[in-house]
Formats: sequence, C-alpha cells, structure tokens
Amino acid sequence: MTIERADIEKLAELARIEINEATIAETTQSIADVLALVDQLQAADTEGVEPMAHPSDAVQRLRADEVTESNHRDDFQAIAPATEAGLYLVPKVID
Amino acid sequence: MNNSIMHNKTIADIIAGLDSGEFTSVEITQHYLKRIQQLDSTYNSYITVNEASALAQAEAADKRRAEGNAPAFCGVPIAHKDIFCTNGVRTSCGSKMLDNFVPPYDATVVENFARAGAVILGKTNMDEFAMGSSNETSFYGPVKNPWDINTVPGGSSGGSATAVAAHLAPGATATDTGGSIRQPAALCGITGLKPTYGRVSRWGMIAFASSLDQGGPMARTAEDCALMLNIMAGFDPKDSTSIDQGVPDYTENLNQSLEGLKVGVPKEYFEEGLNPGTEQAVRDALAELEKQGATLVSISLPHTKLAVPAYYVIAPAEASANLSRFDGARYGYRCEDPKDLRDMYMRTRGEGFGDEVKRRILVGAYCLSAGYYDAYYRKAQQVRRLIKQDFVDAFETVDVIMGPTAPTPAFEFGAKGNDPVAMYLEDIYTIATNLAGLPGMSVPCGFVDNKPVGLQIIGNYFDESRMLNVAHQFQQTTDWHQQAPEGIEVEGIKAGDTE
Repeated sequence: MTIERADIEKLAELARIEINEATIAETTQSIADVLALVDQLQAADTEGVEPMAHPSDAVQRLRADEVTESNHRDDFQAIAPATEAGLYLVPKVID
Repeated sequence: MNNSIMHNKTIADIIAGLDSGEFTSVEITQHYLKRIQQLDSTYNSYITVNEASALAQAEAADKRRAEGNAPAFCGVPIAHKDIFCTNGVRTSCGSKMLDNFVPPYDATVVENFARAGAVILGKTNMDEFAMGSSNETSFYGPVKNPWDINTVPGGSSGGSATAVAAHLAPGATATDTGGSIRQPAALCGITGLKPTYGRVSRWGMIAFASSLDQGGPMARTAEDCALMLNIMAGFDPKDSTSIDQGVPDYTENLNQSLEGLKVGVPKEYFEEGLNPGTEQAVRDALAELEKQGATLVSISLPHTKLAVPAYYVIAPAEASANLSRFDGARYGYRCEDPKDLRDMYMRTRGEGFGDEVKRRILVGAYCLSAGYYDAYYRKAQQVRRLIKQDFVDAFETVDVIMGPTAPTPAFEFGAKGNDPVAMYLEDIYTIATNLAGLPGMSVPCGFVDNKPVGLQIIGNYFDESRMLNVAHQFQQTTDWHQQAPEGIEVEGIKAGDTE
C-alpha cells in the first residue's frame, strides 16, 4: 500500500487538521513508514478469529434512567473561549 | 541510602515518620518544594508546582493527625501526572491544546488521594497526550534523565519517573497505554506498576486510547507502589470500563516466600534487538529469584512480533476518535481570528497539536476510513485476541512472566526523534500486556554504563498482589532500587552538580 501526498491531504481534511505546506512531504513519508510497520499484520493468520475490542470482553454497564448530574454549565463555560447567554460562540456558519 | 535525610525516605518511611512525630507534613512538604525549586530547572520534571495549595494541604493534614483522625496518606507528599484532571489546577496533558485548561473537576484518582489526605506537590511533565516513549514530544520541553541528563527519561510518564528518581517526590501517579509507566520506570531506575485494565478508574484521566489506558503508581519500592495502589484501585461507577471487583490490601502478601513460584521466561523477549548488557542484568535477576526458590520455565508467546503493529492501528484509531473533542469550541486552545468554522477547526488543531499527535490522528483516521477498516482495524483486533490467547495459555502453567522492560537503557535526546518507527519499537516488550489488558511492572535490576535496567514482571488478571510480592521479595535481597543518581541523596545539592 503506497500513500501519497493527496491521501494525506484528504486525511488532514477528514481529521480537520491543517498541515503546513512545508512539512507535508515529511508527514507523508513518516505516515508511510508507520503504515509499512502495521502492514506486518497482513501476514497473520486470523481466519475465524473473533475481533477483540475490550481486554476483558466486558459490555456496557447499564444504570437506572435517573438524573444523576447537577447543572455545572457556568463552571464549564467559565473556561470556554467564547460564550454568550449560556451558549458557546463559534464563527458564523450560515449567512 | 541514608534515610535520615528527608528526601531519601520512602513513602512507608514517611508514613512512619509522620506517625511517630519525627517530622510534620509541613516540614517534609517544604523540603520537597525547596528541592523542586532548586533542582527542577535542570530536570524539567514538573509542569506546574502547587506551592501554596501543597502547604495548605500539609497544614490541614498535620491538624487532622493531631486530632487523631489521620487517613492512610495523611500528609504524604506526591505528584500527579499532568493527565489527571485537578479541580482549579491547570491540566495540560503536555499539550499546547490544553495549556490554558483549568478543569472544573477532579479525576477519581485525584479525589481518592485527596480523601486519603495526600499533599499534591504538583503536576508532572509528560509526552503530549501520552504519545511518546522519550518525553521529547511535550509542549513544555523534554524531561532530563537524572542518571545522565543527556539522555531521555523514557515516556510518556517521564516527568513522574524523573521526579521520583531525582527525589523530587517520593511517589507519583502515572498512566500506561503501551508502556508509559514501565518503560520510564526502567530507564530512570524506579519501580512502576500498570494495573489490570479496569482496576483503576479512568474518569478524569485524559483519554488517549480508551481500551488500553490505565493509571498506576510510580515510586522507589514495590512496597510504596502497593501503598499507592491501595488508594488508586477500585470500582468507579463513573468509568464505564471500571471493573466491579473487591480490592485487596496490596501490602498483605508482600512478605510471602517465593518458594515454588513458577516464572515464565518468554524466548521472544530475548531475541535480536535486546542490548546484551540489559539481557545480562535481567538474566542475573532471574537467577536471584531462583535462589529464593522460584522455578524458571521457558515459554513462548508466539505472536509477540505482531504486538507493535497491532497497537499502531488500535491506539491511533482510538486516539483519532478521542482527540476529536479538541475543536476550539468549548475549552482549550482556539486559533486567532478564525474566518469560519472550518478554519477554526483546521487551525486550532493544526496549531494546538504537536507533530506526533497529528501523525497518530492521521494514521488512526486512515485505518478507520472507508475501504481500509477490515484490512487494518478489524485485522488488528483479531491479532489482539491472538496476543491475549498467548498469555492465557502461558498462565495455565506459570504464575508470572518475566523479561526485560525495555530493549535498551536510556538513549540520547534526538536519537530516535526523526524515526517514529524506531521510537515505537522502544515498547516492544510492554505493548502486548496493554493489548491483553494484563498488569505489568518494572523493577530496577542493574545497570549498563551507569544507566538503569528494568526487570518486567507480567501478572495474570487482577494478580497485582502477587506481582508486588515478587517485586518486594526481589528488593529484599538486592539493592538496585536503593541506588540514586550521583549527588541526589546528599543534602543541599545544587542544580548541575549531577553532570
């Protein structure tokens, strides 16, 4: 599997990470190196092996449908970059 | 080691000294704060030092003790890795992204130590978002290994390891996703334990790879790790992966004899790539355990070579999902003057994350993207089960598994900086236990060129007591854990004297 500059640009867009023009060649090369490492997996015989998502194969614990949290909005918004009237402010999305 | 000097005391010594009235919590806290102030400009092991609040906690602890109402860690100073959220104290996770982040709540681990009366000296340095094996990826600069300040302390818990090794804290919390407690413990000559997955609450511990991350203690002795784990371990309903199982007193079995103990020695952990001096130190340690009555059993963990490749699919995939929360909208860094929402996301994340974090997010996004999911993520999860099965089979016949913690002693800054794959192979012996969810420990077992070597002890699920017993017994007949870097144990030393 070869990875090219265009693939990195697409991934960066998907992950919403700006990559500097100056470092894109280096980024592409280092990611190609990492993918070459993980390609060793392809040699493993995994026929019929159930994928393992959790070390103890635990499942999500359920709890009663009750309110357990109190309102911390003011505490949470005190550390936000920009808020107004209890809302988080971001740059305008719709004109 | 002269343990009449305050900063040479173990946590067990400190508890005894506070109990007997030999010194107060305020005295020992002041002593540590002064040492940090004098020495940490050399080591850079702390990101934040809590001078005022530590002294207030120490005063409160002395008062409680005088009232006859002292909980287990009353007045004992420790440090927290800067990945654990601390209410009102900046928690950066070693990243520019969280340089201004002051959490409005405490992690469960932090809360547990507060309830036990501990004094928090500060928050320790780390690789950014715990991604690294050398502490070179921290936004706050690299941590220096006190054994040789031209070498790395290991990572990601390099700040906690150095703080303990340089006697700037008697113990520190840490986390381990692929070796981040054990490898720096090995490189800094201290004792560290990664518990079974689910044993210590992850609530308030900033997530890197949620199915692998686990908090644990770092200290100078196995006994101190047991004392710390007593505080850290336990079920937490706030962590959905926490396991509801009773917590033993981890100090209870420390003194058991090792007579009859079966130690599995995996041949795959002694193959090419292992430094010959490291191998010798580990072989000598195994011989020492044999003298104490343990039997060595040669075993095979046939899928060992696939652990690093599987990890570098699973960990980045989980990281890419976990780190999507850092978007500049609600907390942490936001870029200057974003022109629209997309620009805000792109530049906030492009400027706020360092290179290694970006690399892992991109690798994770790739492995999860349409068309590649089966070839990478599903395949890695299948291999993960094969790796776990290797251990399950081995534990049918042995009690613990032992080998080296890291393939080499500490390396120089920049030695692996431009080659991520070389850095990833630093964790070749530690990663498999995270994939399997097993507990692992590193214990000092010798030196190569005056650089410490770590012996790794891997236990069965929830068998931390036995691992601590083995480590403690090893530390009864060896003194590797009592060695300190030159100049560290003496009183009144100045920064730079250790060069």
